[in-house]
Amino acid sequence: MAFLSYSRQRSINGQGWLLSASVAAIMVALPLLSIFWLALFPTDNIWPHLLSTVLPNYVITTLTLMLGVGVLAGSIGIVSAWLISTYHFPGRRVFEWALLLPMAVPAYVIAYVYTDLLEYSGPLQAWLRELFSWKTPRDYWFPPIRSLGGAIWMLGLVLYPYVYLLARASFLEQAATVKDAARTLGCTPLQAFLRVSLPMARPAIAVGLSLVMMETLNDFGTVDFFAVKTLTAGIYDTWLNMGNLGGAAQLAALMLIFVVVLIVMEKQGRSRQRQFQQGDRFKAIQLHRLRGFRAALAWISCAVPVLAGFIVPLLDLARYAWRHAEQSWSPDFLRLAWNSLALALAAAVLCTVLGLLLAYAKRLYRSRLLSSMTQAATLGYAMPSAVLAIGIIIPFAAFDNTLDGWLRNSLGISSGLLLSGTLFTLLFAYSVRFLAISAGSVESSLGKVTPSMDMACRSMGYNASQTLVKVHLPLIRGGLLTAVLVVFVDCMKELPTTLVLRPFNFDTLAIHVYQYASDERLPEASLAALLIVLVGIIPVILLSRTITATRRYRIQ
Amino acid sequence: MFKPSVLLLTVAAFTTSVNAAEEVNVYSYRAPFLIQPMFDQFTQETGVKVNVVYADKGLLERLQNEGQNSPADLIMTVDIGVVHDVKTRGLSQPVASELLEQNIPQHFQDPDNHWFALTSRARLIYASKDRVQQGEITSYEQLADPKWQGRICTRSGKHNYNLGLIGSMISHHGEAEAEQWLTGVKANLARRPEGNDRAQIRAIAEGQCDLAIGNSYYFFKMLNNQENPEEIEWARQVTPIAPNQQDRGTHMNISGISLAKYAPHKDNAIKLMEFLSQDEAQHMYADLNQEFPVKAGVQRSELLQSYLGDFKQDELPLVKIAETREAASKLVDKVGFDN
Repeated sequence: MAFLSYSRQRSINGQGWLLSASVAAIMVALPLLSIFWLALFPTDNIWPHLLSTVLPNYVITTLTLMLGVGVLAGSIGIVSAWLISTYHFPGRRVFEWALLLPMAVPAYVIAYVYTDLLEYSGPLQAWLRELFSWKTPRDYWFPPIRSLGGAIWMLGLVLYPYVYLLARASFLEQAATVKDAARTLGCTPLQAFLRVSLPMARPAIAVGLSLVMMETLNDFGTVDFFAVKTLTAGIYDTWLNMGNLGGAAQLAALMLIFVVVLIVMEKQGRSRQRQFQQGDRFKAIQLHRLRGFRAALAWISCAVPVLAGFIVPLLDLARYAWRHAEQSWSPDFLRLAWNSLALALAAAVLCTVLGLLLAYAKRLYRSRLLSSMTQAATLGYAMPSAVLAIGIIIPFAAFDNTLDGWLRNSLGISSGLLLSGTLFTLLFAYSVRFLAISAGSVESSLGKVTPSMDMACRSMGYNASQTLVKVHLPLIRGGLLTAVLVVFVDCMKELPTTLVLRPFNFDTLAIHVYQYASDERLPEASLAALLIVLVGIIPVILLSRTITATRRYRIQ
Repeated sequence: MFKPSVLLLTVAAFTTSVNAAEEVNVYSYRAPFLIQPMFDQFTQETGVKVNVVYADKGLLERLQNEGQNSPADLIMTVDIGVVHDVKTRGLSQPVASELLEQNIPQHFQDPDNHWFALTSRARLIYASKDRVQQGEITSYEQLADPKWQGRICTRSGKHNYNLGLIGSMISHHGEAEAEQWLTGVKANLARRPEGNDRAQIRAIAEGQCDLAIGNSYYFFKMLNNQENPEEIEWARQVTPIAPNQQDRGTHMNISGISLAKYAPHKDNAIKLMEFLSQDEAQHMYADLNQEFPVKAGVQRSELLQSYLGDFKQDELPLVKIAETREAASKLVDKVGFDN
């Protein structure tokens, strides 16, 4: 890269970037190292037992689940993003943000809701029995919701927005001229999409899909509720029922291999692809008006995911919340909602800043070491959250106790536990967990800014930080907002890490829901679940509008 | 970028002090709605504030890593396996309290006084009133009888409550026979194990199965659930059976409490332990939670008594159950009980 000749002089400023990014990457990688360290000390060798009994089943189930969710979320996400950014049809403006709404619904909540609706005693089967006068479960067959297939649908419905969001951002950022060129060469809009837009959006879609896969891999709430035995379930079982945390860490390490393979495959796939957008961002995007049957088809394709992933769960929760308002309303709710909101916002900002720091340092210094550290740091996303929480407890407690011991010995004072069991730990945990999202999102935006921009700016005498503020930030605003948005929503829903690490008397909405739902008391949990969704959709809508506002449209 | 001063300020802003005078800190594996009423009562009577972190996993690791600076005073647990873990990992300390010795029977406490049971519960068999004759099933062993093929429901074999039951079968019959039994039960399942104990009772009411295995308090809580009358309907369609009355008695498990090894508020912690073992709290456990009080002379809830009466309980030392947990867990894998 030519512009690096400037940094031959290695300004202090530049060194600062590299140093802080390295520190951040190491910090975030610590919990993972703790888990690898744990893996060296299993209480006994679990492998013979696991291999001869349940492990093959865990692995097959996990792979099937990931593949299924990947295909489902990928196809819904790409198709809807393509329709929204290429065509104009009735309801398009609403769908543009409404398609994101299922993101605000935690997977475990949608699982409770659909179980409630579709199981034997649910309204649908009751109605069918009425209709055909069936008496017992043996009289007919109905697909069981609590199954691998059910889990694929549930996760797919709430995870497709990750793909949609990143794919749409990429379609929006693509220069209109490229598509215009394709059209002048005689492509139909569909051909232009398949031959030009889709390949150009591949990096973003790949990021979206890898987020979906990692979320799936990490999910415990849904698979536990559906009794689907994935690797994650096996990890918890080895830890809690066999009292073998080391063995569980070994399984977790095995699971990370899955992730590394995913990432490497994805990187190989686009290693030869580099593209930068030319500065025609202010040219309006053309939308083609659809009419009649095609418009209806487009409308249905966008409506179904929104209905199934958001409207139906929302109505079912609202029904319960209304019916059980007295028992489920708790004066604590305002506090719980505030806790969730404040924590999620703080974590989203912190995580995005970290992501930006790492991505920008990588841009300044093509340092292999930094690249691999960042990559390693983002693996936290795929680690089962409760195990990751243990990985965080270990270094934090060690730090606290070491500091305390040193202070006691040298100054005779005790600092006690300075960080452990505080909100700081929790924020740190969220950063470790969701760095993959922010780093991925920022990087894919930053990658599209041509280096000649940097060179021009640096040649005018600006240093790296000034260039970032003056040039990059305005250009990658969409990517930054996307990162803030996704991390925020994810933190609102986050459960296992919060459960294990939180301070005394500190609860969030998600924890409140979990406590009742794990006792199969959906009615009492519904109001809090509804609140998670409602609090979660406000920023979804706001940010989505801001992201859209970066481009203007022209309807033909 | 990172300025140390800013970082320290952030840390200071986020660290909360837990050193106020009159309080006690609890790490609880028990769901808050089951114990909060007792804590509130305690605070009302003594003025000591109870701070709680509730989680269903990971608290022991947290306690262990926090070491001597841990703020936790008490650990509350729901299963003998975890109770036992607290002791074996060296996370608790013995408590010398005359009150606790008076209130809690010997077999419901650790010989070295590292843990005390506060309540107990029975693992019952639930039978459909319509489809199962009275006296048709009287023991856990009979669950493996082929006559029940496709008629039994239960939650995951990996759940602590089932691991406890399987552990007791291993203790009484040896591993080989227990495996045969579990294979037999697996063959009789109406569906893959799913849901919690409450869901199994509901499944009987809905006709998906005729027998289920479940803890005692679930059924009575359902029967008492004024908030959700559907549950009363479901519960009315099943009969609770206390198994093995002709031989060793019904399998029991406990919820327990331990004093943390480095408890900073030791006096208040022991005060709370004692409070929970006294009549008032024991009555609350019985009436609000439908659990069995452990203190002699405290009545079980009337509802529970009217159904079960004074049934015979398995006297197998609870530690045995804890020690067979891993074997039980592996047996579940081997038989493929949850598949």
